[in-house]
Amino acid sequence: MAEISYRQAVRDAMREEMMRDPRVILMGESITGYGGSYAVTKGLIDEFGPKRVMETPIAEAGIVGFAVGAAMGGLIPVAELMTVNFALLALDQVVNSAAKFHYMFGGQWSVPMVVRTVSGFGQLGPTHSQSFEGWFASVPGLKVVMPATPADAKGLLLAAIRDPDPVIFIEHSLLYSTRGEVPGPALGDGEVPIGQAKVVREGSDVTLVGYSRMLLQALHAAEVLEREDGISCEVVDLRTLRPLDYPTVVNSVRRTHRLVLCGEDWRTGGFGASLLSEMQDRCFDDLDAPIQRVAMRDIPLPYSRELERLLIPSSEDIVTAVRRLS
Amino acid sequence: MRADGTGTSPAVPAGAPGGALMGGARTVLGLGREDRREHLRGLPSGLAIRLYSAMTHLRAFDERAVILQRQGVIGTYPTYFGEEAVQAASVLALEDRDWLFPTYRQTAVVTLRDCPSVVPLLLWRGHPGGWHDVMRYRVAPICIPVATNYPHAVGAAWGARLRHEGWVALAYGGDGSTSAGDFHEACNLAAVVQAPVIFLVTNNQWAISTPIVKQTRVPRLAEKAAAYGMPGVRVDSFDVFACYEVIQEAAERARRGGGPTLVEAVGYRLGPHGTADEPSVYRDPRADLLWAPMEPLGRTEAAVVEAGVAAPEQLLELRSRAFQELRDVGDRLGELPLPSVEELADSVHRDTPWPLRPERLYEPSWARLEQTPPWS
Repeated sequence: MAEISYRQAVRDAMREEMMRDPRVILMGESITGYGGSYAVTKGLIDEFGPKRVMETPIAEAGIVGFAVGAAMGGLIPVAELMTVNFALLALDQVVNSAAKFHYMFGGQWSVPMVVRTVSGFGQLGPTHSQSFEGWFASVPGLKVVMPATPADAKGLLLAAIRDPDPVIFIEHSLLYSTRGEVPGPALGDGEVPIGQAKVVREGSDVTLVGYSRMLLQALHAAEVLEREDGISCEVVDLRTLRPLDYPTVVNSVRRTHRLVLCGEDWRTGGFGASLLSEMQDRCFDDLDAPIQRVAMRDIPLPYSRELERLLIPSSEDIVTAVRRLS
Repeated sequence: MRADGTGTSPAVPAGAPGGALMGGARTVLGLGREDRREHLRGLPSGLAIRLYSAMTHLRAFDERAVILQRQGVIGTYPTYFGEEAVQAASVLALEDRDWLFPTYRQTAVVTLRDCPSVVPLLLWRGHPGGWHDVMRYRVAPICIPVATNYPHAVGAAWGARLRHEGWVALAYGGDGSTSAGDFHEACNLAAVVQAPVIFLVTNNQWAISTPIVKQTRVPRLAEKAAAYGMPGVRVDSFDVFACYEVIQEAAERARRGGGPTLVEAVGYRLGPHGTADEPSVYRDPRADLLWAPMEPLGRTEAAVVEAGVAAPEQLLELRSRAFQELRDVGDRLGELPLPSVEELADSVHRDTPWPLRPERLYEPSWARLEQTPPWS
C-alpha cells in the first residue's frame, strides 16, 4: 500500500489505463501545458504526446460531442470539463447524445467515454460553486460516480474508463490534496466496481449516507457524536450515484432504524430528494424517525468567504440533524 | 396578402431564385448546352446512371413515406422532396468505408448503401426493425436535436486520423443548424485539429418557418468557413453532378490530410418541413412555383437524355422499378408485428450494472431481429 493524494490517484488511473490501452485519449481545455484546472493531468502530455493528450478550444459542447463521436469511432475518450459548472454548456450532448445512442438504436453502438469534471467551492462565486450530480444522476443511460477517497478515485476511474457506457466522473476540488492508502501493484490494479456502495464505519444507532466531500464530513460527525453523545453512527459511502446500490443502504437502515442523507447540492430537487423518496418507499416500516437531509439551502453560493461558510453543509449540520432524531 | 397580414404581396416573393442567391454556386446543369453535354459524356462510365438511379430511389422512398404517414402506418415524417440530388451525390461521392452522420432529413441515405428500404421506414414506425446496422453501413444513428451530429463527425474523423485508417466523415445539416453553437464548436475544433470531415449544409432557405434572412446576416453560408480557417464551397443543391464533384474534392482533400471543408448546397425547400407542416401559412406560394423548374429529378433526366448518356426508356424503367419496389415494401409494412414489451428496457446500458440488472440474460433486441428479419 502506498499513500498518495486524491489528485495523484486520478492521474495514476488515467496514466495506467493509457499505457494499457492505446484507445484511451484525454481531451480538455488547458490540460497540457497548464495541466488542467486542478493540475490533475500535469505531465501526461510529456509522456503521451499531443495526439493522446489533446488540448481543445474552450467549447464544452464541442468537447463532449467530439468525445461521443470518437467513442463511436473506436476510441475511449476521457474528456475533462474544468468544473461541473461548465458542464451545463455540454448538457445536450451528455443527455441527448452520450446517454441515448445505445438505447435509441437497440444497443448496437455503445459510447464508452468518461466525462471527468469537478465539484466544489472556496470563494469561487455563484457561477463556479455548484453541485449538479443530481441532474446527471437522473438520466437513464448515464453512470455517475463521485469518489471520496484516493483509493476509490483511482479504482472507480479505472472502472469508468473500462466501462462500455458513458460515465460522469465528478471529483471534488477540496479533496485533491487529501491523502490515503491506494493498493499497490501486488494487489492488482485496484479497480473498484461501479454501482457498489460501501459501509465505511459500522454503527448501530443511525445511518449517515454521504459521498465525495460529504462522506468525510459524515465520518467527522460520527466521531463527534460518539464522543459527545454516545451515539453510534454507521456511515455509508455511496461512491456511485447511478446506478445506486440501494441494498447496502437499506440493509444498514434495517439495523439502525434512522437515516440522515448528506449532500452538498441544493435541497430542492437535489440528489438527496430522490434518494429520500426511494428510501421511505423501501424501508418505511424499518424507520423509527423521519429521514433527515443535510443539503445546501436554496441560495447561490456568495463570493464572500464569510457568507459562503454559512451556507456550506458541514459536519456540524450533520451532528445537528442526528441530534434532532434522538 | 403576406402570411403576416401586412399588405399586398411584393413583386418578388421572399426566397425567389435569381440575384445573388445562387451566386458562386458550382453548377454543371447550369452550363451552356454544349459544355453540359461534354461534361456528362466525360463522366466515368455508368456514373450518371448510378446517380440518377440513386435519386429515383430516394424520391420513391420519400413519396412512399409521405403516403404511409397519411395512411397512419408511420408517424410524423420529415420529407426531403427536392434534396435527392445532394443526398445521392453525398453517398456516391464517398467511399463505402467513409462514415455518414445524418439528421432526420437523411434517413434514407443508408438505403444507398444497400440497407433494405423497409429499415428506415420502420424507424418512422418506431419499430426496432428500423435500427439499421450501424457498423455495417457506417451510417450513424440520426440526430434530431439540430447540429448535435457535427461534433460527433469531428470526433469520429479524428479517431480515423489518429489511427491512420484513411476514412473521412460527412455530417449533414441545414441552414438553421449553422446558428446553433454546436455547429460553431464543431467547425472550429475540426479546423484546429485538421480532422478529415465534411460539413454538408443544405441551405434550403427555410428552418421550418424561419427564413434564412432571420437566421443570419451572412446569406452565403460557405463564407462562414473563412472564420474557421477552412475552405467553404457553394454548390447548386439541385445539381447532382456538381454536388458529386464538390463533395468528392472535399473528401480527397480530407483524405490527404488537408482538413475539413464546409460545403453549402444552396437551393430551396420545395416541400414542407415535414408531414405536420403547411408552408403556405408562412411563405409565399409563388416562390414555390418559381423554384419548381429546379426540381432535381426531372432536371437530371433532361440533361442525361440530352447528352445521350441514357435513353428515356432506360430512365423510365429505373424510375418505375424504384417506385414499384417501394410500393411493395410499403404494402407489407403495416402487417409487421408490434415491438415486444421486452424492447422497452433492453438497451438503456451496454453493461447493465447489478443494481439494475433484470433477472434474465442481456440480449440486444436487434440481434434477435437479425436472426429472423420480419421482412424476409
